[in-house]
Amino acid sequence: MKILVVDDETDVQALFEQRFRKEIRNHEFEFAFAFSGEQALAYLKEHNQEAVLILSDINMPGMSGLELLDQIKRKSAPPPPPLVMMITAYGDEENYNTAKSLGADDFLTKPVDFVTLKEKLKTLMHD
Amino acid sequence: MILQTILVLILLANLRKQTRKNAEGLMWERRVIAAIIVSSGLLVLHTTVSDAEVAATIASYGLSILIFYLVFTQQIFAPAKSIALAFLPLVAIKGVEDLLEIFHRPTFKSWYVYLESAALFALIWMIAMLILSSRQRKALERERIKAEERERELQITEKLKQQLEKQVQERTAEITRQKEELQKALHELKETQSQLIHSEKMASLGELTAGIAHEIQNPLNFVNNFSEINGELLDEMREAIEKGDYEEVKQLASDIADNQQKINMHGKRADSIVKGMLQHSRTSTGQKEPTDINALCDECLRLSFHGLRAKDKSFNAAFETKFDPQLPKIDVIPQEIGRVILNLCNNAFFSTNEKKKTAEGDFKPVVSIETMARDNGVVIIIKDNGSGIPQSILDKIFQPFFTTKPTGQGTGLGLSMSYDIITKGHNGTLQVESKENSGATFTIFLPNQNA
Repeated sequence: MKILVVDDETDVQALFEQRFRKEIRNHEFEFAFAFSGEQALAYLKEHNQEAVLILSDINMPGMSGLELLDQIKRKSAPPPPPLVMMITAYGDEENYNTAKSLGADDFLTKPVDFVTLKEKLKTLMHD
Repeated sequence: MILQTILVLILLANLRKQTRKNAEGLMWERRVIAAIIVSSGLLVLHTTVSDAEVAATIASYGLSILIFYLVFTQQIFAPAKSIALAFLPLVAIKGVEDLLEIFHRPTFKSWYVYLESAALFALIWMIAMLILSSRQRKALERERIKAEERERELQITEKLKQQLEKQVQERTAEITRQKEELQKALHELKETQSQLIHSEKMASLGELTAGIAHEIQNPLNFVNNFSEINGELLDEMREAIEKGDYEEVKQLASDIADNQQKINMHGKRADSIVKGMLQHSRTSTGQKEPTDINALCDECLRLSFHGLRAKDKSFNAAFETKFDPQLPKIDVIPQEIGRVILNLCNNAFFSTNEKKKTAEGDFKPVVSIETMARDNGVVIIIKDNGSGIPQSILDKIFQPFFTTKPTGQGTGLGLSMSYDIITKGHNGTLQVESKENSGATFTIFLPNQNA
């Protein structure tokens, strides 16, 4: 299962690669990284939407996570659009509601709890 | 005796006039009226009753002597003295003539010619004296009128003087009151100004804190995550050691070292943000110290971006940095220069956001910050593609209290304080270029004091 992680913090790549090192080694998950909304869209276009799950931060300079979500959900071709999981800041109701109305499939709150994330990903994979 | 009585009556009439002028003259006026009545009575008696002629004449002269005596001795009759003096010779000669006629006719007859000539001289004397006295009186009268006029003028002047003094006092009081009010207003203004400067600092600090919360959270997440991972990696390393898989051990050790470096890096990042915040909130010590302008610009740009994001969820903009790696450290007051950069970044982001609200299509807000080393200092360029500044207000933006933001949203002190910090505080320059609807560029030049 290919997961695209979108975050403006580049160290997120190292973090995910280490947190999921066993899963990556066992080829359970495959990760790709984009450091802005624009990069993410470019990646999706280039790789013909091979990522089944997109994990995106909301708070990014340039194209925000919400804009990215909107683009993916509305302009994705061919349907169905990939699953999008948004990372919201703790207690940020406004962004949570907006993301939900834009069609976000799931939510994670910052700081990301990797135990929960792993469980969620594994359930998704088995479905 | 008839002539004498007439003269005495004229004198008495004059005396009566004098008594009227005088406040204490009432008693004397009565006496003078009594004398007029007695005199007139004696004249009537003299002319009508032939038997009483002698007695009336004697009484009349006795009364005349008394009157003349009083005229020359009483202060109240002093103004009539000249008339009395004019009449006196004629009355005296007539008296001698009449008395001689009564008591000694032979002498009267032999002296008659002399007495008549003396009477003629006395008459001339009287006329001359009367003319003289009339002139004197007129002159005196003129003098008196003049004196009265002077007195009146003096009174008027005095009145005017009092009025003027009163006006001066009133005006002085008014001016004093106004001065006090002005001083009070000035004091209040000064207080308000210092409060405004303080609130301007606090406002930019408030914008900071929201950004800081976000900016600190990210590095702390990394610190927590990487240290947890390192714990796990150490467990795995122990297992690998037990297994004797030293290739694995080496790989794990290398990962742990990398993570350790990241922990350190993000820890320092959080540290510098907190330090930056402290520096910003601290009252400026006014101490210039060697400062890495690139780091300061980066920090302020990020704080500004995240601060605005935290305040306004709909806000977003891209930011670009182009830092000159050869930029030397220069001596500046870091918290003050930080405030200027932060303020300019805030304005730039605000402006792009304003344009985004009205712009059609795919407007991409971008704020960029660029640094360049010069022979004699450092140039910082903060550029945005926002709504720009109309030409008409371009020369006003550095004036205190000038703001285009709605009331309550901007103090109007940001740019004026920035201008003062750069020009007065650091001998640098702050210039602006802008075209309406195509953004603004602020260029700061800071001279290197050591170069």
